[in-house]
Amino acid sequence: MTTDKIKSKSILPGKDVTRRGFLKGAAATAGVAIGSGAITGFPTIWAQNIKNVTLRQFGTGVSNINAVADKVKEDLGFTLQMTALDSDAVAQRAVTQPNSFDIADIEYWICKKVFPAGTLQPMDTNKIKNYDKISPLFISGKLTPDSKIAQGTAPHKVGFVEGPDSTDFASAPTQWMTLIPTIYNADTLGIRPDLIGRPITSWAELLNPEFKGKASILNIPSIGIMDAAMVSEAMGEITYGDKGNMTKDEIDQTIALMIKAKQDGQFRAFWKSFDESVNLMSSGEVVIQSMWSPAVAAVRSKGIECKYQPLKEGYRAWGGGIGLAKHLSGLELEAAYEYINWYLSGWVGAYLNRQGYYSAAPETAKKFMTEDEWGYWMEGKEAQGDIVSPEGKVMEKAGAVRDGGSYEERMGHVACWNSVMDENKHMVRKWNEFIAA
Amino acid sequence: MSASNSKRGSYFLITPMALVFAIFLVIPLLTIVVVSFWDYDEYRILPDFILENYSYLLGTSVTWKIYLNTFKYAALTWAFTLGIGFTVAYFLAFHVRSLTWQIVLFMVCTIPFWTSNIIRMISWIPFLGRNGLLNQALMGAGVIHEPLEFLLFSDFAVVLADVHLYTLFMVVPIFNSMMRIDRSLIEAARDNGASAWATLRHVILPLSKPGIAIGSIFVITVVMGDFITVRLMSGGQSASVGLQISNEIGLLQYPAAAASAVVLLITVLLIVTALLRLVDIRKEL
Repeated sequence: MTTDKIKSKSILPGKDVTRRGFLKGAAATAGVAIGSGAITGFPTIWAQNIKNVTLRQFGTGVSNINAVADKVKEDLGFTLQMTALDSDAVAQRAVTQPNSFDIADIEYWICKKVFPAGTLQPMDTNKIKNYDKISPLFISGKLTPDSKIAQGTAPHKVGFVEGPDSTDFASAPTQWMTLIPTIYNADTLGIRPDLIGRPITSWAELLNPEFKGKASILNIPSIGIMDAAMVSEAMGEITYGDKGNMTKDEIDQTIALMIKAKQDGQFRAFWKSFDESVNLMSSGEVVIQSMWSPAVAAVRSKGIECKYQPLKEGYRAWGGGIGLAKHLSGLELEAAYEYINWYLSGWVGAYLNRQGYYSAAPETAKKFMTEDEWGYWMEGKEAQGDIVSPEGKVMEKAGAVRDGGSYEERMGHVACWNSVMDENKHMVRKWNEFIAA
Repeated sequence: MSASNSKRGSYFLITPMALVFAIFLVIPLLTIVVVSFWDYDEYRILPDFILENYSYLLGTSVTWKIYLNTFKYAALTWAFTLGIGFTVAYFLAFHVRSLTWQIVLFMVCTIPFWTSNIIRMISWIPFLGRNGLLNQALMGAGVIHEPLEFLLFSDFAVVLADVHLYTLFMVVPIFNSMMRIDRSLIEAARDNGASAWATLRHVILPLSKPGIAIGSIFVITVVMGDFITVRLMSGGQSASVGLQISNEIGLLQYPAAAASAVVLLITVLLIVTALLRLVDIRKEL
């Protein structure tokens, strides 16, 4: 952190001055869009001091990308330090080391437990310029006015608190938001169509004896149990009140079903990390497994057929957002709000969309994508030209259609969200029984 | 006067080591013991005094299954590493005549250690897999028609990787013990008409016991605490005590992990004590 500051002061003074001049120019000509055009409207003193601000952000690898930090430096002028951790470490750091970060990029299901610890401050929605552009999924829980609210820790349930100092989640939208949604997606099973050779339409197929010894499931208890629940329900074995908040009895039944399948030799392996799931699938050890969208893309980029299979029971979704550390104040807090406004202004959204995730403010992301990209990623249309990843790698050739179709089709069919259950401790213990069985 | 001086001198000399032990071993261990009695929820550990961590740990059949599994891995690995390690050490110590060659061959044994443990372990995966080299070779040779599934993501794979990783820990101390055996004892045995087998059983084996004990301690303690081999080679489908602790830490259940660690520590200490009762290692060092 210190070296960054010194660098910007001593090594690159000329560049800094030029950029500041450029920013002033931009402020004068209001029409020029730099990010959200945020610099305008703030006192000059702010514009001059902002280069000294360093914000430290941490979160999971999916959205803590250096390209974002580089773009922040370019558009807003301050330094953003990114630390990518795994979900468990994110939760741990948010609670136990509140002074080690300024911005926390955490998942909503973790937020349910982390926010009450009081290390984050709610955000004033009046300061969020693009608040009205945020997908209604995060405000009301409904993608369209007539959609059904999915089970589990749906983001809107933990998206608002009662007041600026409150840690109690509000049942309806208030002025105070816990996290600003940034990234989300709908997960489903990944399959090897070349090795299966027939259509797969239901979660129940994961435990189909036809795939004995060739199936896999994710070994992160909070997420794996949801996949297991999708399967049990699809098989008609168990009916849940709420898959995202099971009773002890429902947990026991689910695990019993999984243990039986395991003992019958259904599973080939369990995966815990992204690479493991890619390797299992690309080596052909596994032909059907719960999988993440970019992992499917990674298998495909090796020239191996892999499908992110939409299923009739719907998707299991997850979402992440950024929250502000309690200790942020003054200039740094202003900079953080500026960052949030910039985040929702479209560039990042387009970047995330191109990775196969979804932007929290789809409308603004559209401005940063070509018509063809928008059509492929968001509308489920056939690609007119090659579809390129944010890093410039060709992901899909012209003519490809995204698995699962359009944004509305996918996010409109979410059956449940990743969650933390009230019976979490019991669930983890039962999950361990499953692994040890 | 001089006696008390030298006494003071000895205290002075052991102070640095004692401090290092206190700071890096005793205090962390005590912390683990203390935390093992604390309560926890999803994201906090709550200072308290409860026995629930232990009562759950010792009361659930999962623990017994996991310990049984861990002992199975430890016993199998121990048996194979001992067999292979003893043979290799015997060859180096008694069949290779020149010291130079002994040193050269001994160095050859250490070459695998130039690569990290994890890399050597992972390289088994493409070799043993369903479409791996071994299955392809066997099918190509017409020995089998269906790929062998038990090769990878199985107990077989775990023990194979463990044996591969830890055999050298057996070779070194056994070789060391064997090199100390007075060669005239072997000549005496031969002069008295003992067969090679009898010499091995009645002379070499008893005199190699300290090396075997040291090697066994290395192998058993490492395998008892191992979690990464079990996770990778069993495809996450098997559990060991180490893996259980690692999972608990990942889920922020520090008190439960601490309780498991304490129980594992006690178990390993008991095994080591038993081994030390069989052999007087101090005589050998």
